[in-house]
Amino acid sequence: MNSLIPLFIIIPLGSAFVMVILGRFIKNFNKFITPIFMLSLVYLTFHFIINSEGSLIYLVGGHEPVGDVPIAIYLVMDGLTKLILLVISLVGFLAIFYSLSYTKQYTAERKFYVLFSLMIAGMNGVVISGDIFNIFVFLEIAALSSYALIAFGVEKHQLEASFKYQVLGGVASLVILFAIGFIYWNTGTLNIADISRQLNVNSNSLASVGVFLKFISVLLIAGFGLKAAIFPFHSWLPDAHSSAPSPISAMLSGVLIKAVGIYVIIRLFFNMFPLSYELSMTITVLGTISMIIGGLLAIGQWDIKRMLAYSSISQIGYIVLGLGIGMLVLATGGDKAVAALSITGGLFHLLNHSIFKGLLFLSAGAVEYRTGTRDMRKMGGLSEVLPITSRTSLIGSLAISGIPPFNGFFSKLIIIIAAIQAQYYVLAFLAVIVSVITIAYFMKLQKYTFYNNDGSKWKDKKIKEVPFSMSFSMILLSILCVILSLLVIPEVRSVFLQPAVDVLINATDYSTNILGI
Amino acid sequence: MIIYLLCFILFLVGLYGVISKRNLIKIIISIAIMEYSINLFFILIGYVEGGTAPIITKGFENAKFVDPLPQAMILTSIVIGLATTALLLAVAIRIYQKYGTFDINKIKDLKG
Repeated sequence: MNSLIPLFIIIPLGSAFVMVILGRFIKNFNKFITPIFMLSLVYLTFHFIINSEGSLIYLVGGHEPVGDVPIAIYLVMDGLTKLILLVISLVGFLAIFYSLSYTKQYTAERKFYVLFSLMIAGMNGVVISGDIFNIFVFLEIAALSSYALIAFGVEKHQLEASFKYQVLGGVASLVILFAIGFIYWNTGTLNIADISRQLNVNSNSLASVGVFLKFISVLLIAGFGLKAAIFPFHSWLPDAHSSAPSPISAMLSGVLIKAVGIYVIIRLFFNMFPLSYELSMTITVLGTISMIIGGLLAIGQWDIKRMLAYSSISQIGYIVLGLGIGMLVLATGGDKAVAALSITGGLFHLLNHSIFKGLLFLSAGAVEYRTGTRDMRKMGGLSEVLPITSRTSLIGSLAISGIPPFNGFFSKLIIIIAAIQAQYYVLAFLAVIVSVITIAYFMKLQKYTFYNNDGSKWKDKKIKEVPFSMSFSMILLSILCVILSLLVIPEVRSVFLQPAVDVLINATDYSTNILGI
Repeated sequence: MIIYLLCFILFLVGLYGVISKRNLIKIIISIAIMEYSINLFFILIGYVEGGTAPIITKGFENAKFVDPLPQAMILTSIVIGLATTALLLAVAIRIYQKYGTFDINKIKDLKG
């Protein structure tokens, strides 16, 4: 079982390499191979979720630790990793299946699939790596391919958005590298588990360790917060996510900001650093502000994808809020059950958001593919000519605004209940208010895009429903929106969510599990 | 200590350039400056006063060695920096073809 772990990086990276060479000679080779390897990643992830327990470790190169000093690069597979890998492979497969028809409009179709595979390899690498410098390397692979994919259409707006994202993302990467340098300077190791042990051992003996921790935490929050688009660092997201090709927008909003942003933040601040009240408070406050700001800014948008991008900022705020309350409760030594509930809510919303935001971006892409515009004022009445897209988009909108039978309702409910139980009444109140705002702007989106008139304008232009591969992905995602609400049942939750929550609740067990001391 | 401070000042010089310059090429140069300052910082971390290259040969088994790990990391980081700069420049050239200018005050179609 352990020897299967590197496959998550080898399969996409190897496929990208093969595609560059063979794609030249064999027609449609890339289109054929990418969905197949994504499907194999989905299978592998389910194999790990169902058949393995606890933390699995793979030592790259097979170098055993000398004494208690780990030498090899560690690849770690635990509950949290499996959850994020599930998100990456599931949304990735559906997005690439959707692209099979969507990318026909581009001239360099082959390169799209190569860059996509590299992005998957980078994200899988970030999630699976147990070594902080490796996280940086894979983060750069994922980020570089996403910069290139945003500018893929080489039109004015895409280039501008890509440049903006590259400058901000580049500064963020350098800040992260700076923090890694400081960590190595003070602890003499790069392994996350070993750093955690060193910090716990030295926390009493070193006077400077407190100041050092605060400085590194600030650098890391700034760096990974920019990748995750949390409030003061969110300005690149609406441009980049609205300009990118639609399947890429779905990947960026649904997966990338979580795999390289949220995941790393929670992995480092739960499992590596000792939990502190100030830090948890900072993260919670930033999450709350981005939840409110994203929601308020989304109302005024007329560009359909830009509205969805602002909504991503708002929903990321929900996820950070759920995880932040969990951190706060753990840091103040409160009830562990409340913390577990709150973290469950946050991770559940992470999973849900990747599904319904992927669905909404794919639906918006389908509308743009058929009508050629993203401006809601020029649409209206599209439900007559695009029945499938209209229904799937409606399901996505209902799920994200938290209407009962869909998954978004349950995750938001869990977060709000946890906030009340932890006695953060203001945060619970704000979460409810932002939920109402969410309904408001999704009603606007539905009304102006799909209803509002009889659609005779579009019937005259003979607009047809989108091709099979696009509608298939959208239908499958909308079915998932309903199925995922089954995760509130404790038996189902114990398979998918509980292992991830356990990793975060028993934060200090991480280093003992990995190092075996 | 002073050398670390100088290294940090170099980082801030780069950050200042990214924030205040209006020309795309100057912004790219500023990012490169930040990157060099961090590379320098890593090398400083691994440096040991009077240390030699970390190769164990006969007669030097117990000599003072510099830390080789930051050097290995910096090699990786330099390669990544090359890719970043190349992509930034490629996009900047395409922007010049579309907009006819490098001035970011004139390249602002996206807002709201």
